[in-house]
Amino acid sequence: MTVRSNPASRAGAVTAALLVGVGLLMIGSLGVGPVKLSPLTVMDALIGRGGDVPQIIVQQIRLPRAILALAIGAILGLSGAALQGLLRNPLASPSLFGAPQSAAFGAVLIIALGWADVRSYALPVAGITMAFVSVFVLLSVAGRSASLLLLILAGLAISSLAGAATALVMNLSSNPFASLEIAFWLLGSLEDRSFRHVALALPFIVVGAALLLSQRAAFRALSLGEETAQSLGVDVARLRLIVIVGVALGVGGAVSVSGTIGFIGLVAPHLVRPLIGHDPARLLIPSALAGSALLLAADIAVRIIPSTTDIKVGVLTSIIGVPFFLYLIVRQRRALGGGVA
Amino acid sequence: MSTPAFLVARDLGVILSGRDVLHGVSLQLARGHLVALVGPNGAGKTTLLRALAGLVESRGEVRVGGDALAALPLRERAKRFGYLPQGHLVHWPLPVRDVVALGRFPHGATDPARLSPRDDEAVARAMQITDVVQFAERSVTELSGGERSRVALARVLAVEAPVVLADEPTASLDPRYQLDVMQTLRRAADAGALVIVVTHDLGLAARFADTVLVMAGGKLAAQGTPHQALSDDILRQVFRVSAYRADYQDSGVILPWAGV
Repeated sequence: MTVRSNPASRAGAVTAALLVGVGLLMIGSLGVGPVKLSPLTVMDALIGRGGDVPQIIVQQIRLPRAILALAIGAILGLSGAALQGLLRNPLASPSLFGAPQSAAFGAVLIIALGWADVRSYALPVAGITMAFVSVFVLLSVAGRSASLLLLILAGLAISSLAGAATALVMNLSSNPFASLEIAFWLLGSLEDRSFRHVALALPFIVVGAALLLSQRAAFRALSLGEETAQSLGVDVARLRLIVIVGVALGVGGAVSVSGTIGFIGLVAPHLVRPLIGHDPARLLIPSALAGSALLLAADIAVRIIPSTTDIKVGVLTSIIGVPFFLYLIVRQRRALGGGVA
Repeated sequence: MSTPAFLVARDLGVILSGRDVLHGVSLQLARGHLVALVGPNGAGKTTLLRALAGLVESRGEVRVGGDALAALPLRERAKRFGYLPQGHLVHWPLPVRDVVALGRFPHGATDPARLSPRDDEAVARAMQITDVVQFAERSVTELSGGERSRVALARVLAVEAPVVLADEPTASLDPRYQLDVMQTLRRAADAGALVIVVTHDLGLAARFADTVLVMAGGKLAAQGTPHQALSDDILRQVFRVSAYRADYQDSGVILPWAGV
């Protein structure tokens, strides 16, 4: 084996650094809230030492929230990197394609129809189904060319439709807290999540991530276009299906407990590209870790930023994500103007 | 042909969005030959190439190395065909060496940073033949069109497949690079590969090919040595041109001269 030092080892170093960062943010997330806890107290509480109160706060209240931020951020970052690899397009991401919005609609519909309560597995299943439908429709509409403009327009249409449908279902329901609920599903939040929510989302996130990671080598071959990838032995049709299923499982599972949290999937791969290059296979795991770090940081920030009411974490990621998206569009202007990536 | 045929097509046909773009094509081609595939625009040259490699659904039968193509798993097909499409597209700014290393993908080398000595050797050899070693660590997107097309050719040669299918590898290259590319493919054929090159340049076809296949309207209009297949009659009927002919340095020169 000849191992080249450059990109692979750099990816390793970046991955290690991101792991450390995510670990620190986890501790931060466990320490931040109405009761501030020092990192040492957090560590003690985690391993069952120190007072009862810090233990309950850390283990029962904040740990599920931190685990969800970690897992959801990871699957969003990974889904973004996988979609960007599949479509060879740096502007691809689940939220721009309307996947989380559609998943939220699926979950809301189940609740409004009274088919299940908010802690049932019917929720993630509905979310996953709608996420699958949205990505499938999007890729069918955009066709094989995967032109930038088509994808973004179709994604805009799907996410608007899903958002409107969610609001409509909430409006029509007899739920007295409808407007609050709409805010939750459309804006996304990790507040007051329990281990029940972790159990609800995590299995789907793990399976989705495993599916996406299993295709890593194929993304690399796809750098040369679909036809060449096929000639190198990649079954492109099967790859597409696996990626759609993986993204739907992960994003659908995540959304059913957190609501719509946008733009992590778009931003995360771009943060790691300058560090480790453009190889779409090598980007997957660092993008997942960057996604975790972003969502953990955003979820800490909403608890630190002084405000009269709670800021939803999805609002914060969008406020950061949308200007970033605009910046990417400016950078891609030439490709967009031509209509073809 | 004296040597046994390695690539055989029987009554090959392709229908694309309801249009019959290829029909009744039968071929027998042996290793060690450079085959030029020529024909006017829209004659079905690219479609034939894709059908031979199994990249498009087709009627009829293709056999490669004695096996029916349809029965071969994708990975096994990929080892037998090095396919160079038009355009030499690379979607991400990857280092040249990583792009060339993708040629080892069918052999199980999916990570360019971890190549076996055997794969490493094939990549190095392909880069040497195409003279791209000096760009190895540079991004493909920084290269000129001519340089990029050599990288694409290196990627195909790195497969070390018995059959090389190249779709207009000389398009948009300056004369020197065109000659270099054809020379490289000629050498691959001399080393035992079956090389099929789509080209619009009848002069290059006549100069480098052992066999010329002439396509028109989705069918084979002629096949044979350059002398036979590019006769005055064929040029007039298929290409609607007349050509200037000469002999230079022991090979036939054909230069399309006027429309007829």
